[in-house]
Amino acid sequence: MSSQAFSHAEFNRQLKKNYSWYTGGFILFILALAAAEQMGMSRQWIGYWFLFATIGLYAGIGIMSRTSEVAEYYVAGRRVPAFFNGMATGADWMSAASFIAMAGGLFIGGFDGLAWVMGWTGGYCLVALFLAPYLRKFGQFTIPDFLAERYGGNIVRTIGIISAITCSFVYVVAQIYGVGLITSRFTGLEFGVGVFVGLGGILVCSMLGGMRAVTWTQVAQYIILIIAYLTPVVWLGIKHTGVPVPQLAYGYTLQKVGELEKKITADPKEQEVRKIFADRAAAGREALKDPAKAHAEGKASVDKAVADAKASGDAARLAAAEKAQAAYPTSVAAATSTYRREAGLAARAAPPRVHAEAYPGKDEKTRDTARLNFIGIVFCMMFGTAALPHILMRYYTTPSVQQARVSVFWSLFFIFLLYFTAPCLAVLAKFDMYTNLVGSSFASLPAWAANWAKVDPSLLNITDINKDGIVQWAEVVIGQDLIVLSTPEIAGLPYVVSGLVAAGGLAAALSTADGLLLTISNALSHDLYYKMIDPTASTSKRVTISKVLLVVVAIVAAWVTSFKPGDILFLVGAAFSLAASAFFPALVIGVFWKRATKWGAIIGMAVGLGICIYYMLRTYPFFTNMGVPKMDLWFGLNPVSAGMFGLPAGLLTIIVVSLLTPAPSKEVQDLVEHVRYPHLKGDTLVSEAR
Amino acid sequence: MQLTEKHQEYWRKNLVYTAILLFVWFLVTFVEAWYARQLNQITFFGWPLGFWFSAQGSLAIYVVIIGVYAWLMGKLDKEYQVDEGDLE
Repeated sequence: MSSQAFSHAEFNRQLKKNYSWYTGGFILFILALAAAEQMGMSRQWIGYWFLFATIGLYAGIGIMSRTSEVAEYYVAGRRVPAFFNGMATGADWMSAASFIAMAGGLFIGGFDGLAWVMGWTGGYCLVALFLAPYLRKFGQFTIPDFLAERYGGNIVRTIGIISAITCSFVYVVAQIYGVGLITSRFTGLEFGVGVFVGLGGILVCSMLGGMRAVTWTQVAQYIILIIAYLTPVVWLGIKHTGVPVPQLAYGYTLQKVGELEKKITADPKEQEVRKIFADRAAAGREALKDPAKAHAEGKASVDKAVADAKASGDAARLAAAEKAQAAYPTSVAAATSTYRREAGLAARAAPPRVHAEAYPGKDEKTRDTARLNFIGIVFCMMFGTAALPHILMRYYTTPSVQQARVSVFWSLFFIFLLYFTAPCLAVLAKFDMYTNLVGSSFASLPAWAANWAKVDPSLLNITDINKDGIVQWAEVVIGQDLIVLSTPEIAGLPYVVSGLVAAGGLAAALSTADGLLLTISNALSHDLYYKMIDPTASTSKRVTISKVLLVVVAIVAAWVTSFKPGDILFLVGAAFSLAASAFFPALVIGVFWKRATKWGAIIGMAVGLGICIYYMLRTYPFFTNMGVPKMDLWFGLNPVSAGMFGLPAGLLTIIVVSLLTPAPSKEVQDLVEHVRYPHLKGDTLVSEAR
Repeated sequence: MQLTEKHQEYWRKNLVYTAILLFVWFLVTFVEAWYARQLNQITFFGWPLGFWFSAQGSLAIYVVIIGVYAWLMGKLDKEYQVDEGDLE
């Protein structure tokens, strides 16, 4: 034991040294690029440098960590110290959505967006208290492993495999999408090429070295992503609060934002713009009542304008009238979609939402529904977090049970650093826009706004609606992704920081994709192939099959991504609800209640999953538009929070069915006792797989 | 193997720790969210209190909950001699 303890301490020290050098080197690299920018390096080349240097670095770590040993490949040899496992989990956890879109979501949603922030952090309490130490003591390779061993039989394992693959696959598509978006935006490569480059980056990390390579690249990726996220925020914070830790000081900025919101609501020019939108929306709604009639009337009026202009003999007027006539929709169907768009402008006729106000609504009932949906999201994201296989798997890799407990602490600490910064960034960016963008003249927009509006109108669109030459807040439309991407420019930082942010977003997307792909290929190679199809397969054959499957799954995922499937946020949320309903009750009750039986788990998982899927199918517009009979929301709860019904139903079913079936065997009860104690003297049950 | 009375006691204490920490978690998550509108009436260093909890207070408490659990259980393991030795 003592020599092993020594080698663990030695290993830990070596790691700390290596990663300190690495961090220093990365900072030097940024400074060197900053100097090169001053000397005239082009933006595109800065983008290329960041892209290829970081991917090359990950590839280097991946190649150095190559392995064909089973325990190394599946669980990194079970010697990842708590601190580093925490960093790796942080990178594994924080996806492209957390990095790029979350602050923007908070910018737009205000208080109500905080449900995601709470849900995606608080879930780690459940991981720590209910799962991580017990799974570590159990010490196998995958989550279906635990379910199969605890409840016995291949039915449970199969449900486990299907659930693990479903939620991981949905999630990995979203990540590859993010990779394609970032590489194409910052290097000018095409989206498809960007996906391909990113895919190469993902594969070199995970294929050769499995969990071992993924772990050490994820640590490197965490360091890059956190530096990239914090740098511009600290700068912006100094600008607006005078404090280099703006997270602790933006309360007063939030107050000022509240005052500016009142001003914007009361401003006559703003009201004028909102009135224009309200009128256009009303006209659109009116036209939608009888589109054919509206289309004919509109046609008559543009024709009349041309005739009048001809009669007047004014050439300029004639040209304008003819242009309007040519642009007029030719079919009723085309006109109808225009009317729909116009009617949709009603949303822009509303005054700005009060950023800090919880559950806004016109009456008590809407406010209560908003509150219920907030709690629904928090609930499903938390329990989903504690049931996602790619996260739980990480706690198999620590040297001991106690290290697994400490490791959850470090995981959440490293995640917390980013998650408590995002709401701060949203408030600072809002304050900056309210003060510097609103009221500026269209002739001299702030440089960043002019740039982004030109680059991508879906991210930033500013149109002078009331033609007064001054920007009103109601004239600005902002896309979620804009906030993080444009912060360096809003803060007035050189372009090299924008490149850094792109590298951070890429690191976030790649690291999550790595972990997910590994989960899927392990479920297929270890659980399906080795445990169910060919239990005599040699270790080298198992690892080889896993590597091949990894490539296949990656290519399938990239192929699905190339269709650019819409509404990724719903898919990601749905993955959490599904994981919460399917896995959480069976996993936790398996440790805490010896009496839980095989059939309890099977029926419980099926019921949880079934109710969750049923609710989504019957209420989510995507499905109901395809012909699934629509049903009213239960208690007004949105389909994304279906887990709020699925999880309790599943839990209850496990309990009831378990009590109706005979108690599990002595061996199973011994296993439960075995996982409850980190170390039992004379315990003959050694489950740890090597 | 047969568990001793001491082992049972270890597990009961673990359950008590878990229950207490889970209660704190429930408080700063669901009770806080339920009363967020009322909490927002109070101002805390510029923040409305409900906003502050949801944006950082509850998050920081989550980190503390997990840290306390790891620390308490590490001590409990040693006290009941179910620890794994010095695996750093």
